[in-house]
Amino acid sequence: MAMLGPVAHGLLLAASTSTSKVDIAVFAASAAIVLSGALGVVLSRNPVHAALMLVMTLFGIAVMFVAQDAHFLAAVQVIVYAGAIVVLFLFVIMLLGVDREDAQAAEDLPGQRPIAIGLGIVALAELIILGGTANWATGNLATAGQAGGPGTNIEKLARSIFTRYLLPFEITSALLVIAVVGAVVLARRVPHEETQGQ
Amino acid sequence: MGDPLFVDGIDTAVVLIVLLKVIVVFVFLLVAVMLMVWFERKVISDMQSRIGPNRAGPWGILQTLADGTKLFFKEDLLPELADRRVFRLAPFLSILPAFASFAIVPIGGTISIAGHKTFLQLADPPIGVLFLLAMSSIAVYGVMLAGWSSGSKYPLLGSVRASAQMVSYEAAMALAVAAAVLSAGSLSTHDIVAAQDSLFRWNIFSLGVVPFVVFLIAATAEANRPPFDLVEAEQELVGGFHTEYSSIRFALFFLAEFMNTVTISAMVVTLFLGGPNGPAISFLPSLWPIVWFFLKLLVFLFIYVWLRATLPRFRYDQLMDLGWKKLIPASLFWLLLVAALRIGRLEGWNLGFVLGGGVAVGALGWWALSAALTLGQMDDADLSPAALGEVSLGEVSLGEVSREDVNR
Repeated sequence: MAMLGPVAHGLLLAASTSTSKVDIAVFAASAAIVLSGALGVVLSRNPVHAALMLVMTLFGIAVMFVAQDAHFLAAVQVIVYAGAIVVLFLFVIMLLGVDREDAQAAEDLPGQRPIAIGLGIVALAELIILGGTANWATGNLATAGQAGGPGTNIEKLARSIFTRYLLPFEITSALLVIAVVGAVVLARRVPHEETQGQ
Repeated sequence: MGDPLFVDGIDTAVVLIVLLKVIVVFVFLLVAVMLMVWFERKVISDMQSRIGPNRAGPWGILQTLADGTKLFFKEDLLPELADRRVFRLAPFLSILPAFASFAIVPIGGTISIAGHKTFLQLADPPIGVLFLLAMSSIAVYGVMLAGWSSGSKYPLLGSVRASAQMVSYEAAMALAVAAAVLSAGSLSTHDIVAAQDSLFRWNIFSLGVVPFVVFLIAATAEANRPPFDLVEAEQELVGGFHTEYSSIRFALFFLAEFMNTVTISAMVVTLFLGGPNGPAISFLPSLWPIVWFFLKLLVFLFIYVWLRATLPRFRYDQLMDLGWKKLIPASLFWLLLVAALRIGRLEGWNLGFVLGGGVAVGALGWWALSAALTLGQMDDADLSPAALGEVSLGEVSLGEVSREDVNR
């Protein structure tokens, strides 16, 4: 324990002298994770590697949510996106056997790269502009109430979802159910081939 | 709210206490796994009238240590067709969630070290049990990628099974956890334990046994314990997802599996059996909660060994039927019923009426579900003769064979 003292003191100095420095360090680290993951998704030749890079990106975003005190959002991000959606991606990749690097044909769509780069720049510009002027519709940056105040983040989130935003929430869930039913109907073509549901 | 350790700001002592807790939990898990492997082998031997490990140390208690040392010194093989990076990564993706999810388990009350009060649990994050769900949803990657990256067909089959199984049972598990969260009104494991302060307020009694049973089954399936060990079914898949692994990487999978058993037992105790709560004894008051916790934990560890020795493995279609058609509807219905009763109590409604209405709605839902299931099966039976007229006999029988293969 006596030997651990200086180490702990060093950690402590790093942690407490200036919180903004810690915030910046966390942001920089998670941004690096997010961006390298995103680049990995695009640049990996192997679909499974790309999916794993996507998981890395999602984790970086979850860390950013935690840094913003949005713990619930971070947990949901990991549970839903990393834990369910990417697992299903991988499941499909493995089942279809497209996990060979040579399975990717050359360019299917001629000229898609310049178009993709152009659209990407447009999307980035949109994001930056919207981020700067997102309060034009409501006049507030946050409409669900102050981030501080009594109660945990989760209680506030639950309260606003189940009171003020109940109708949008229910409509969204109805939309998801319709999408699921649609997917089942589309996937179910010939009765005696219906084995995917198991 | 939250651990009182951080109330007065962070100083050297606080950092040291956190480090100490991390080390204690880490060592505890490793020792627990060592003893758990020995316990499992010994108990199963007793149940099968064998002696079991009896050479290394008294009662063979050091057998795991010997096996671990052996695994360390074995050659680490890398299959020719393996995806090298993912193959090396997978064991760590398996062991990490197993370690991390124990962090939220409260193993005692509040103690004070060097003038700082602290909970006897590594962390009490605001998301609480959601952390467990997040970790268990990450745990699937280790199994899945291990099977895929081996570049061999049996591990691949194991990992495809694993991904479907673990995603399927997560929903049932989450709904069972939601019932416990509902009764405590908080996600934090510390608050969930605090809400179960007397025997009849333990969630296993106050929620009815349904969420408890669903959680026990679903957590067993999440951890790939028998009877849900289709992922590594020896008779069908050689060794399942870890067929190609050897040496220390195999040991890591083994460690993760037993650590998951310890962790889910601890979570059952925390969520449904009051965690460290028990009779208060004035002699050494902060010691007894730990004793109660470990006694309860031991009961569940024994139950898991017992299940392994008793139950045959599920077939894949039985596994999916149980998960989707029984556990998820049952836990969803029970969650809604518990919620309705709680609202009724708060609003002062007639509880008998609420209960009757809830059961009536539940019966209606059950009838609709079983009607839908029968209809789905009828589609198969009735419509395939119609299809029979259009296609040749050979194709149909081919379809039948492939369907049976998928089922199996």
